[in-house]
Amino acid sequence: MIRDITLGQFYPGNSVIHRLDPRIKIIATLLYIVALFVVKDFAGFIAPFVLLEAVIILSKVPRRYIWRGLRPVLIIIAFTLAINLFMVRGEVLWQLGFLHITREGVHTAVFMGIRLVLLIIGSTMLTLTTRPIGLTDGIEALLSPFKKIGLPAHELAMMMTIALRFIPTLLEETDKIIKAQQARGADFESGNLFRRAKALIPILVPLFISAFRIAQDLAMAMEARCYGGNVKRTRMNAMKFARRDLIAAILFCLFLAIVVAQRVLM
Amino acid sequence: MIEVRNLTHIYSEGLPHESVALDDVNFTIADGSFVGIIGHTGSGKSTLLQHLNGLLKPSSGTIVIDGTDITDSHTKMLDIRKKVGLVFQYPEYQLFEETVAKDVAFGPGNLGLPQEEIDARVRRSIELVGLDYEAVKDVSPFELSGGQKRRVAIAGVLAMEPEVLVLDEPTAGLNPKAHYDILDMVQEIHEREKNITIFVSHNMNDIARMSDQVLVIDKGRLAMDGTPQEVFAREEELKAMGLALPDAAEIVSQLRKKGMELPAGCLSVEEAADAIAAALKK
Repeated sequence: MIRDITLGQFYPGNSVIHRLDPRIKIIATLLYIVALFVVKDFAGFIAPFVLLEAVIILSKVPRRYIWRGLRPVLIIIAFTLAINLFMVRGEVLWQLGFLHITREGVHTAVFMGIRLVLLIIGSTMLTLTTRPIGLTDGIEALLSPFKKIGLPAHELAMMMTIALRFIPTLLEETDKIIKAQQARGADFESGNLFRRAKALIPILVPLFISAFRIAQDLAMAMEARCYGGNVKRTRMNAMKFARRDLIAAILFCLFLAIVVAQRVLM
Repeated sequence: MIEVRNLTHIYSEGLPHESVALDDVNFTIADGSFVGIIGHTGSGKSTLLQHLNGLLKPSSGTIVIDGTDITDSHTKMLDIRKKVGLVFQYPEYQLFEETVAKDVAFGPGNLGLPQEEIDARVRRSIELVGLDYEAVKDVSPFELSGGQKRRVAIAGVLAMEPEVLVLDEPTAGLNPKAHYDILDMVQEIHEREKNITIFVSHNMNDIARMSDQVLVIDKGRLAMDGTPQEVFAREEELKAMGLALPDAAEIVSQLRKKGMELPAGCLSVEEAADAIAAALKK
């Protein structure tokens, strides 16, 4: 069901990874993704794989949980694999009509597949080990230098916090509406594409109305407490750069160096 | 007749956060009864209701309604939905059509009935919930008042002509007048249709006044099953579950504790008043 999506869901814990400064984790994740694109051969994936393994083990997030988050994006991965498998030109291994698989195609497909899986699991680890609030605080802190050129960093972060906060609420709401319409005999599982699309209307209309209602209530509650975005706000839990953050940063730089060295030297 | 046997439901079975929502629940509801269900928030009431029309499948146990086992995987969902109409909490949030008539027609339309039959049912159920068919049929449901919206939503379920009508806190969030209007309407429908009506409420006065049978759910178990008199006589147990007595019964109970000689089992204000007057005359 829709509830199984873990992408963007926090797994409560108190591991080293959980306690790292969100700013470090965000920057590291971004650079990790860049590093995945620096890699140009299979051997290059060893370093990212080891890093990811280390992070997973340290974070104590159950692997089942991580796999479950990967499931919804399996289609995208499968699609990428298929495209690469059939579209890359080269030495033909197998042919059926206009479809052909080449040695280069297999190579690229596997290579891209590994890259995608590492990329998705890597970014899932960020959201699994960082509270949404920490995540948006981190993004706000990282974006605040751009405030000088007029970027509304705080407002953007607030919008993201709210959006994240309401994902579970809206999922719950969707679940309730689906059940209510099923109780009136609605059928979402059979019929052709057109019928199924039409069957969504009884869910989408009430869902939109609920979303607007929730948004309006929230806006009112925020105004009642005199919320103003542009004033200088302080935090209850200010982010502090601790020693473990420094160690993590050094280890991560080491990882980057290995990836770059592997690419340049081999 | 509804027979619930050994009904157990476990959410997220096998996962670390699995929780037992219903634990070996057994009860029988006779035809034509008006049943009240009470229980603290999170006791499993809503889970129980959702089993009654097949929205949730039990982890184990059976529910037999008029000889049909609705937990059997061979039973058609539409047949179950036709038999049991479930009105959710805040049902007005499920309205979606442009007009009231179209919205009420959604349920019977899903049953695949002929158009004339649908039209007849729409008119009948809108009138059954106490609205003027001609006046509201072409109005957008979103333009109605809160109480009216709820009536339209209930009409949407009634139009399926269920043999069992289940309502989850039908008066939640309504003002006192709309509260009594809706309950009177439910009672009236019950008397006219002679169906089984099951309703969940946190208001003990309503439960005591309206039901023939009261089910008390506590932590997923059926704690009590009996007439309002029987159930509300077990004051200590109810209070231990975080539940209250009807106001009149509470006053009588307090007076008895102060030493006044009053009979037990007064649930309505009238009964309590008569009993107190009789005791004072002595």
